[in-house]
Amino acid sequence: MTRPASDMFTTQAMQYIPRLRRYARALTGDASAADDLVQDALERALVKRDLWREGSDLRAWLFTVMHNVFVNQVRSAAATRTVPLEVSAADLPQPQAGDRLEIRDLDVALQALPEEQRAVLLLVGLEQMSYDEAARVLDVPIGTVMSRLSRGRERLRRLLQGLPDSNAPLKVVK
Amino acid sequence: MSETPVTESELQAYVDGCLPAVRRADVENHLARHQDDARRIDAYRRHAAALRTVFDPLLAEAVPPRLHPGRRGAALQWRRHAAVAALILLSGIAGWQLHAHVAAERVQTLYLARVAAVAHAVYSPEVRHPVEVGADQEAHLVRWLSKRLGASLKIPHLAGSGYSLVGGRLLPGERGPAAQFMYQDIKGQRLTLYVRAGSDVHAQTAFRFARENGVSVFYWLDGRLGYALSGETGREELLRVADAVYRQLNP
Repeated sequence: MTRPASDMFTTQAMQYIPRLRRYARALTGDASAADDLVQDALERALVKRDLWREGSDLRAWLFTVMHNVFVNQVRSAAATRTVPLEVSAADLPQPQAGDRLEIRDLDVALQALPEEQRAVLLLVGLEQMSYDEAARVLDVPIGTVMSRLSRGRERLRRLLQGLPDSNAPLKVVK
Repeated sequence: MSETPVTESELQAYVDGCLPAVRRADVENHLARHQDDARRIDAYRRHAAALRTVFDPLLAEAVPPRLHPGRRGAALQWRRHAAVAALILLSGIAGWQLHAHVAAERVQTLYLARVAAVAHAVYSPEVRHPVEVGADQEAHLVRWLSKRLGASLKIPHLAGSGYSLVGGRLLPGERGPAAQFMYQDIKGQRLTLYVRAGSDVHAQTAFRFARENGVSVFYWLDGRLGYALSGETGREELLRVADAVYRQLNP
Protein backbone atom coordinates (compact mmCIF):
# COMPACT_ATOMS: atom_id res chain seq x y z
CA MET A 1 0.00 0.00 0.00
CA THR A 2 1.54 3.32 -0.99
CA ARG A 3 0.99 6.30 1.20
CA PRO A 4 0.43 9.70 -0.30
CA ALA A 5 3.55 11.82 -0.23
CA SER A 6 3.66 13.79 2.98
CA ASP A 7 4.24 17.47 2.69
CA MET A 8 5.54 19.82 5.32
CA PHE A 9 2.11 20.85 6.50
CA THR A 10 0.81 17.38 7.17
CA THR A 11 4.08 16.25 8.67
CA GLN A 12 4.06 19.15 11.09
CA ALA A 13 0.34 18.89 11.77
CA MET A 14 0.69 15.23 12.67
CA GLN A 15 2.94 15.92 15.61
CA TYR A 16 0.17 17.95 17.25
CA ILE A 17 -2.54 15.32 16.88
CA PRO A 18 -1.89 13.74 20.29
CA ARG A 19 -2.23 17.18 21.91
CA LEU A 20 -5.39 17.98 19.97
CA ARG A 21 -6.82 14.64 21.10
CA ARG A 22 -5.93 15.27 24.72
CA TYR A 23 -7.58 18.67 24.68
CA ALA A 24 -10.62 17.45 22.76
CA ARG A 25 -11.08 14.56 25.16
CA ALA A 26 -11.12 16.84 28.17
CA LEU A 27 -13.28 19.39 26.39
CA THR A 28 -15.99 17.00 25.19
CA GLY A 29 -15.83 14.45 28.00
CA ASP A 30 -16.21 11.61 25.53
CA ALA A 31 -13.52 9.65 23.70
CA SER A 32 -15.32 9.12 20.41
CA ALA A 33 -16.80 12.62 20.33
CA ALA A 34 -13.27 13.89 20.91
CA ASP A 35 -11.82 11.98 17.98
CA ASP A 36 -14.73 13.14 15.83
CA LEU A 37 -13.89 16.69 16.79
CA VAL A 38 -10.20 16.23 16.01
CA GLN A 39 -11.04 14.62 12.68
CA ASP A 40 -13.42 17.43 11.75
CA ALA A 41 -10.80 19.97 12.79
CA LEU A 42 -8.05 18.29 10.76
CA GLU A 43 -10.24 18.08 7.71
CA ARG A 44 -11.05 21.74 8.07
CA ALA A 45 -7.41 22.62 8.64
CA LEU A 46 -6.47 20.79 5.45
CA VAL A 47 -9.09 22.64 3.47
CA LYS A 48 -7.95 25.96 4.91
CA ARG A 49 -4.26 25.18 4.97
CA ASP A 50 -3.45 28.10 2.67
CA LEU A 51 -4.48 30.43 5.47
CA TRP A 52 -1.67 29.15 7.64
CA ARG A 53 1.49 31.17 7.20
CA GLU A 54 4.52 28.94 7.07
CA GLY A 55 6.80 29.62 9.99
CA SER A 56 4.01 30.82 12.25
CA ASP A 57 2.81 28.83 15.25
CA LEU A 58 1.04 25.80 13.79
CA ARG A 59 -0.06 24.52 17.19
CA ALA A 60 -1.96 27.73 17.96
CA TRP A 61 -3.45 27.73 14.46
CA LEU A 62 -4.67 24.13 14.73
CA PHE A 63 -6.18 24.79 18.15
CA THR A 64 -7.91 27.86 16.74
CA VAL A 65 -9.39 25.82 13.90
CA MET A 66 -10.53 23.13 16.31
CA HIS A 67 -12.02 25.67 18.67
CA ASN A 68 -14.10 27.15 15.86
CA VAL A 69 -15.32 23.70 14.83
CA PHE A 70 -16.21 22.98 18.45
CA VAL A 71 -18.12 26.23 18.91
CA ASN A 72 -20.12 25.54 15.75
CA GLN A 73 -20.93 22.05 16.95
CA VAL A 74 -22.00 23.30 20.36
CA ARG A 75 -24.20 25.90 18.71
CA SER A 76 -25.89 23.47 16.36
CA ALA A 77 -26.27 20.92 19.17
CA ALA A 78 -27.84 23.59 21.37
CA ALA A 79 -30.31 24.33 18.61
CA THR A 80 -31.52 20.76 18.49
CA ARG A 81 -31.54 19.58 22.07
CA THR A 82 -31.86 20.94 25.54
CA VAL A 83 -28.93 20.89 27.89
CA PRO A 84 -28.95 21.66 31.56
CA LEU A 85 -27.74 25.18 32.04
CA GLU A 86 -26.75 24.80 35.62
CA VAL A 87 -25.27 21.81 37.32
CA SER A 88 -24.93 22.01 41.03
CA ALA A 89 -22.67 20.08 43.34
CA ALA A 90 -25.68 17.93 44.25
CA ASP A 91 -25.62 16.46 40.73
CA LEU A 92 -22.08 15.24 41.18
CA PRO A 93 -20.84 12.13 42.89
CA GLN A 94 -19.97 12.82 46.50
CA PRO A 95 -16.34 13.82 46.92
CA GLN A 96 -14.12 11.06 48.19
CA ALA A 97 -12.79 11.12 51.71
CA GLY A 98 -9.77 13.35 52.01
CA ASP A 99 -10.62 15.21 48.80
CA ARG A 100 -9.04 12.47 46.75
CA LEU A 101 -9.80 13.25 43.15
CA GLU A 102 -11.47 10.57 41.20
CA ILE A 103 -11.05 10.67 37.44
CA ARG A 104 -14.77 10.44 36.94
CA ASP A 105 -15.38 13.33 39.31
CA LEU A 106 -12.94 15.56 37.50
CA ASP A 107 -14.42 14.60 34.16
CA VAL A 108 -17.98 15.19 35.34
CA ALA A 109 -17.11 18.46 37.05
CA LEU A 110 -15.30 19.70 33.94
CA GLN A 111 -18.36 18.98 31.83
CA ALA A 112 -20.46 20.92 34.31
CA LEU A 113 -18.51 24.10 33.60
CA PRO A 114 -19.75 26.48 30.96
CA GLU A 115 -18.01 25.58 27.73
CA GLU A 116 -16.10 28.87 27.48
CA GLN A 117 -14.67 28.50 30.98
CA ARG A 118 -13.75 24.88 30.32
CA ALA A 119 -11.89 25.84 27.15
CA VAL A 120 -9.76 28.45 28.91
CA LEU A 121 -9.06 26.20 31.85
CA LEU A 122 -7.85 23.43 29.56
CA LEU A 123 -5.83 25.57 27.16
CA VAL A 124 -3.98 27.05 30.11
CA GLY A 125 -3.96 24.16 32.56
CA LEU A 126 -3.56 21.22 30.22
CA GLU A 127 -2.09 22.62 27.03
CA GLN A 128 0.02 25.08 29.08
CA MET A 129 -0.64 27.96 26.74
CA SER A 130 0.20 31.46 27.85
CA TYR A 131 -2.81 33.71 28.55
CA ASP A 132 -1.94 35.58 25.41
CA GLU A 133 -1.92 32.44 23.25
CA ALA A 134 -5.21 31.29 24.76
CA ALA A 135 -6.72 34.70 24.01
CA ARG A 136 -5.68 34.42 20.37
CA VAL A 137 -6.96 30.85 20.01
CA LEU A 138 -10.32 31.81 21.49
CA ASP A 139 -10.36 35.21 19.79
CA VAL A 140 -11.21 37.09 22.98
CA PRO A 141 -9.38 39.83 24.90
CA ILE A 142 -6.86 38.67 27.46
CA GLY A 143 -9.00 40.15 30.25
CA THR A 144 -11.78 37.77 29.24
CA VAL A 145 -9.35 34.88 29.42
CA MET A 146 -8.39 35.92 32.95
CA SER A 147 -11.95 36.24 34.19
CA ARG A 148 -13.03 32.95 32.61
CA LEU A 149 -10.01 31.25 34.07
CA SER A 150 -10.65 32.51 37.56
CA ARG A 151 -14.40 31.78 37.42
CA GLY A 152 -13.83 28.37 35.88
CA ARG A 153 -11.24 27.35 38.47
CA GLU A 154 -13.38 28.50 41.34
CA ARG A 155 -16.43 26.73 40.00
CA LEU A 156 -14.47 23.53 39.45
CA ARG A 157 -13.17 23.73 43.00
CA ARG A 158 -16.64 24.18 44.42
CA LEU A 159 -18.00 21.30 42.38
CA LEU A 160 -15.19 18.98 43.38
CA GLN A 161 -15.29 19.92 47.04
CA GLY A 162 -19.05 19.72 47.21
CA LEU A 163 -19.39 23.38 48.13
CA PRO A 164 -22.45 25.36 47.15
CA ASP A 165 -22.04 27.07 43.82
CA SER A 166 -21.71 30.74 44.55
CA ASN A 167 -23.56 32.83 42.06
CA ALA A 168 -22.05 35.91 43.55
CA PRO A 169 -19.18 37.26 41.54
CA LEU A 170 -15.78 36.41 42.90
CA LYS A 171 -14.45 38.68 45.51
CA VAL A 172 -11.82 40.72 43.79
CA VAL A 173 -8.62 40.89 45.76
CA LYS A 174 -7.35 44.34 45.59
CA MET B 1 8.77 50.01 50.70
CA SER B 2 5.08 49.29 50.73
CA GLU B 3 3.50 46.32 49.03
CA THR B 4 1.59 46.71 45.78
CA PRO B 5 -1.85 45.06 46.20
CA VAL B 6 -2.12 41.57 44.75
CA THR B 7 -4.74 41.05 42.04
CA GLU B 8 -6.79 37.98 41.21
CA SER B 9 -4.96 37.76 37.88
CA GLU B 10 -1.68 37.59 39.72
CA LEU B 11 -2.99 34.77 41.88
CA GLN B 12 -3.95 32.89 38.71
CA ALA B 13 -0.51 33.57 37.23
CA TYR B 14 0.99 32.21 40.45
CA VAL B 15 -0.99 28.98 39.93
CA ASP B 16 0.29 28.75 36.35
CA GLY B 17 3.88 29.53 37.27
CA CYS B 18 4.01 32.56 35.02
CA LEU B 19 4.06 35.29 37.64
CA PRO B 20 6.91 37.74 37.09
CA ALA B 21 9.65 37.02 39.61
CA VAL B 22 9.44 40.52 41.10
CA ARG B 23 5.87 39.87 42.26
CA ARG B 24 6.49 36.49 43.79
CA ALA B 25 7.35 37.72 47.26
CA ASP B 26 4.30 39.99 47.40
CA VAL B 27 1.96 37.18 46.32
CA GLU B 28 3.45 34.77 48.83
CA ASN B 29 3.11 37.36 51.59
CA HIS B 30 -0.49 37.89 50.61
CA LEU B 31 -1.19 34.15 50.72
CA ALA B 32 0.49 33.83 54.10
CA ARG B 33 -1.90 36.43 55.49
CA HIS B 34 -5.08 35.34 53.68
CA GLN B 35 -5.90 31.74 54.54
CA ASP B 36 -8.95 31.62 52.28
CA ASP B 37 -6.96 32.63 49.24
CA ALA B 38 -4.15 30.27 50.19
CA ARG B 39 -6.56 27.32 50.38
CA ARG B 40 -8.20 28.31 47.14
CA ILE B 41 -4.90 28.68 45.26
CA ASP B 42 -3.66 25.41 46.68
CA ALA B 43 -6.79 23.66 45.38
CA TYR B 44 -6.34 25.22 41.93
CA ARG B 45 -2.81 23.90 41.75
CA ARG B 46 -3.88 20.44 42.79
CA HIS B 47 -6.67 20.44 40.24
CA ALA B 48 -4.32 21.57 37.48
CA ALA B 49 -1.95 18.73 38.36
CA ALA B 50 -4.88 16.29 38.44
CA LEU B 51 -5.97 17.42 34.98
CA ARG B 52 -2.60 16.48 33.59
CA THR B 53 -2.54 13.18 35.46
CA VAL B 54 -5.92 12.27 34.04
CA PHE B 55 -5.48 13.40 30.47
CA ASP B 56 -1.74 13.18 29.76
CA PRO B 57 -1.86 9.43 29.06
CA LEU B 58 -3.67 10.36 25.83
CA LEU B 59 -0.43 11.84 24.54
CA ALA B 60 1.17 8.41 24.55
CA GLU B 61 -1.74 6.69 22.84
CA ALA B 62 -1.42 5.59 19.22
CA VAL B 63 -3.27 8.00 16.96
CA PRO B 64 -6.24 6.25 15.30
CA PRO B 65 -5.75 5.78 11.54
CA ARG B 66 -8.69 7.97 10.71
CA LEU B 67 -6.86 10.97 12.18
CA HIS B 68 -3.90 10.71 9.83
CA PRO B 69 -3.87 13.74 7.57
CA GLY B 70 -1.78 11.82 5.05
CA ARG B 71 -4.86 9.76 4.38
CA ARG B 72 -7.18 12.68 3.99
CA GLY B 73 -8.41 11.93 0.47
CA ALA B 74 -9.32 8.41 1.39
CA ALA B 75 -10.55 9.43 4.80
CA LEU B 76 -12.83 12.15 3.51
CA GLN B 77 -14.32 9.97 0.88
CA TRP B 78 -14.59 7.06 3.25
CA ARG B 79 -16.31 9.16 5.81
CA ARG B 80 -19.01 10.20 3.39
CA HIS B 81 -19.64 6.62 2.41
CA ALA B 82 -19.52 5.58 6.02
CA ALA B 83 -22.09 8.16 7.05
CA VAL B 84 -24.53 6.89 4.48
CA ALA B 85 -23.72 3.27 5.20
CA ALA B 86 -24.11 3.87 8.92
CA LEU B 87 -27.64 5.11 8.54
CA ILE B 88 -28.58 2.12 6.45
CA LEU B 89 -26.87 -0.58 8.40
CA LEU B 90 -27.29 0.61 11.94
CA SER B 91 -30.97 -0.07 11.64
CA GLY B 92 -30.16 -3.64 10.64
CA ILE B 93 -27.92 -4.62 13.48
CA ALA B 94 -29.64 -5.13 16.76
CA GLY B 95 -28.22 -3.61 19.86
CA TRP B 96 -26.75 -0.60 18.19
CA GLN B 97 -28.13 2.82 18.81
CA LEU B 98 -27.66 5.78 16.60
CA HIS B 99 -26.63 8.64 18.82
CA ALA B 100 -25.19 12.04 18.26
CA HIS B 101 -21.61 10.92 17.96
CA VAL B 102 -21.30 7.81 15.87
CA ALA B 103 -17.55 7.59 15.76
CA ALA B 104 -16.20 6.88 12.32
CA GLU B 105 -14.03 4.15 13.74
CA ARG B 106 -17.07 2.44 15.15
CA VAL B 107 -18.75 2.76 11.80
CA GLN B 108 -15.74 1.34 9.97
CA THR B 109 -15.47 -1.69 12.22
CA LEU B 110 -19.21 -2.14 12.16
CA TYR B 111 -18.99 -2.13 8.39
CA LEU B 112 -16.39 -4.86 8.70
CA ALA B 113 -18.87 -6.93 10.73
CA ARG B 114 -21.64 -6.31 8.25
CA VAL B 115 -19.58 -7.26 5.18
CA ALA B 116 -18.27 -10.36 6.93
CA ALA B 117 -21.79 -11.43 7.96
CA VAL B 118 -23.04 -11.04 4.40
CA ALA B 119 -20.06 -12.99 3.01
CA HIS B 120 -20.75 -15.70 5.57
CA ALA B 121 -24.42 -15.88 4.59
CA VAL B 122 -23.53 -16.09 0.90
CA TYR B 123 -20.78 -18.72 0.97
CA SER B 124 -21.31 -20.91 4.02
CA PRO B 125 -24.41 -22.73 2.63
CA GLU B 126 -22.54 -23.49 -0.61
CA VAL B 127 -22.30 -27.23 -1.12
CA ARG B 128 -20.16 -27.62 -4.23
CA HIS B 129 -18.03 -24.46 -4.20
CA PRO B 130 -17.73 -23.21 -0.65
CA VAL B 131 -14.12 -22.10 -1.24
CA GLU B 132 -11.84 -21.24 -4.14
CA VAL B 133 -8.79 -23.00 -2.74
CA GLY B 134 -9.20 -26.02 -0.50
CA ALA B 135 -7.43 -26.90 2.73
CA ASP B 136 -5.36 -29.45 0.83
CA GLN B 137 -3.50 -26.52 -0.74
CA GLU B 138 -3.15 -24.53 2.45
CA ALA B 139 0.37 -23.29 1.75
CA HIS B 140 -0.69 -21.96 -1.63
CA LEU B 141 -3.84 -20.43 -0.12
CA VAL B 142 -1.95 -18.44 2.48
CA ARG B 143 0.69 -17.26 -0.02
CA TRP B 144 -1.91 -16.20 -2.54
CA LEU B 145 -4.14 -14.29 -0.12
CA SER B 146 -1.18 -12.70 1.68
CA LYS B 147 0.03 -11.40 -1.66
CA ARG B 148 -3.38 -10.04 -2.63
CA LEU B 149 -4.00 -8.37 0.74
CA GLY B 150 -0.45 -7.04 0.94
CA ALA B 151 -0.09 -8.44 4.45
CA SER B 152 1.37 -11.57 5.87
CA LEU B 153 -1.64 -13.68 6.81
CA LYS B 154 -1.76 -16.61 9.15
CA ILE B 155 -4.43 -19.27 9.01
CA PRO B 156 -5.47 -20.28 12.52
CA HIS B 157 -5.94 -23.96 13.19
CA LEU B 158 -9.09 -24.57 15.13
CA ALA B 159 -9.04 -28.33 15.58
CA GLY B 160 -8.76 -27.71 19.31
CA SER B 161 -12.14 -25.95 19.14
CA GLY B 162 -13.65 -28.69 16.98
CA TYR B 163 -13.37 -26.96 13.61
CA SER B 164 -11.29 -27.96 10.62
CA LEU B 165 -10.26 -25.77 7.72
CA VAL B 166 -12.31 -26.10 4.53
CA GLY B 167 -10.31 -23.53 2.57
CA GLY B 168 -10.52 -19.91 1.59
CA ARG B 169 -11.39 -17.39 -1.03
CA LEU B 170 -10.62 -13.87 -2.17
CA LEU B 171 -13.39 -11.30 -1.73
CA PRO B 172 -13.88 -7.65 -2.59
CA GLY B 173 -13.70 -5.64 0.65
CA GLU B 174 -14.55 -2.03 1.31
CA ARG B 175 -10.95 -0.96 0.82
CA GLY B 176 -9.68 -3.59 -1.58
CA PRO B 177 -9.10 -7.32 -1.46
CA ALA B 178 -10.28 -9.26 1.56
CA ALA B 179 -9.93 -12.91 2.50
CA GLN B 180 -12.41 -15.42 3.83
CA PHE B 181 -11.36 -18.66 5.50
CA MET B 182 -14.00 -21.28 6.08
CA TYR B 183 -14.11 -23.90 8.82
CA GLN B 184 -16.58 -26.61 9.71
CA ASP B 185 -17.19 -28.94 12.60
CA ILE B 186 -18.04 -32.61 12.55
CA LYS B 187 -21.75 -31.86 12.08
CA GLY B 188 -21.07 -29.63 9.09
CA GLN B 189 -21.67 -26.40 11.06
CA ARG B 190 -19.59 -23.67 9.38
CA LEU B 191 -17.71 -20.65 10.64
CA THR B 192 -15.95 -18.09 8.48
CA LEU B 193 -13.06 -15.83 9.35
CA TYR B 194 -13.03 -12.65 7.29
CA VAL B 195 -9.75 -10.70 7.13
CA ARG B 196 -9.08 -7.37 5.54
CA ALA B 197 -6.07 -5.07 5.51
CA GLY B 198 -6.65 -1.40 5.63
CA SER B 199 -5.05 0.60 8.37
CA ASP B 200 -1.79 2.41 7.86
CA VAL B 201 -1.11 2.38 11.52
CA HIS B 202 -1.58 -0.06 14.27
CA ALA B 203 -4.95 -0.18 15.86
CA GLN B 204 -6.17 -2.44 18.56
CA THR B 205 -9.73 -2.96 19.61
CA ALA B 206 -11.48 -5.32 21.95
CA PHE B 207 -13.80 -7.98 20.59
CA ARG B 208 -17.07 -6.50 19.53
CA PHE B 209 -20.20 -8.45 18.87
CA ALA B 210 -22.92 -7.93 16.31
CA ARG B 211 -25.81 -10.04 15.08
CA GLU B 212 -27.15 -9.78 11.57
CA ASN B 213 -30.01 -11.91 10.21
CA GLY B 214 -29.18 -14.84 12.43
CA VAL B 215 -25.43 -14.58 11.85
CA SER B 216 -23.34 -13.80 14.92
CA VAL B 217 -20.10 -11.90 14.40
CA PHE B 218 -17.19 -11.17 16.67
CA TYR B 219 -14.92 -8.59 15.10
CA TRP B 220 -11.78 -6.75 16.08
CA LEU B 221 -8.83 -4.78 14.76
CA ASP B 222 -5.31 -5.96 15.34
CA GLY B 223 -2.48 -4.01 13.84
CA ARG B 224 -3.16 -3.30 10.17
CA LEU B 225 -5.69 -6.09 9.89
CA GLY B 226 -9.37 -6.27 10.67
CA TYR B 227 -10.90 -9.64 11.57
CA ALA B 228 -14.47 -10.86 11.79
CA LEU B 229 -15.48 -14.35 12.81
CA SER B 230 -19.02 -15.23 11.74
CA GLY B 231 -21.25 -18.20 12.40
CA GLU B 232 -24.83 -19.21 12.99
CA THR B 233 -23.90 -20.29 16.47
CA GLY B 234 -24.62 -18.90 19.87
CA ARG B 235 -22.61 -16.02 21.18
CA GLU B 236 -20.75 -18.09 23.79
CA GLU B 237 -19.66 -20.73 21.30
CA LEU B 238 -18.47 -18.09 18.85
CA LEU B 239 -16.61 -16.19 21.53
CA ARG B 240 -14.80 -19.37 22.52
CA VAL B 241 -13.59 -19.82 18.91
CA ALA B 242 -12.81 -16.11 18.44
CA ASP B 243 -10.65 -16.31 21.50
CA ALA B 244 -8.79 -19.32 20.04
CA VAL B 245 -8.31 -17.43 16.75
CA TYR B 246 -6.96 -14.40 18.54
CA ARG B 247 -4.56 -16.45 20.65
CA GLN B 248 -3.18 -18.23 17.60
CA LEU B 249 -2.65 -14.98 15.74
CA ASN B 250 -0.95 -13.42 18.76
CA PRO B 251 1.10 -16.25 20.25
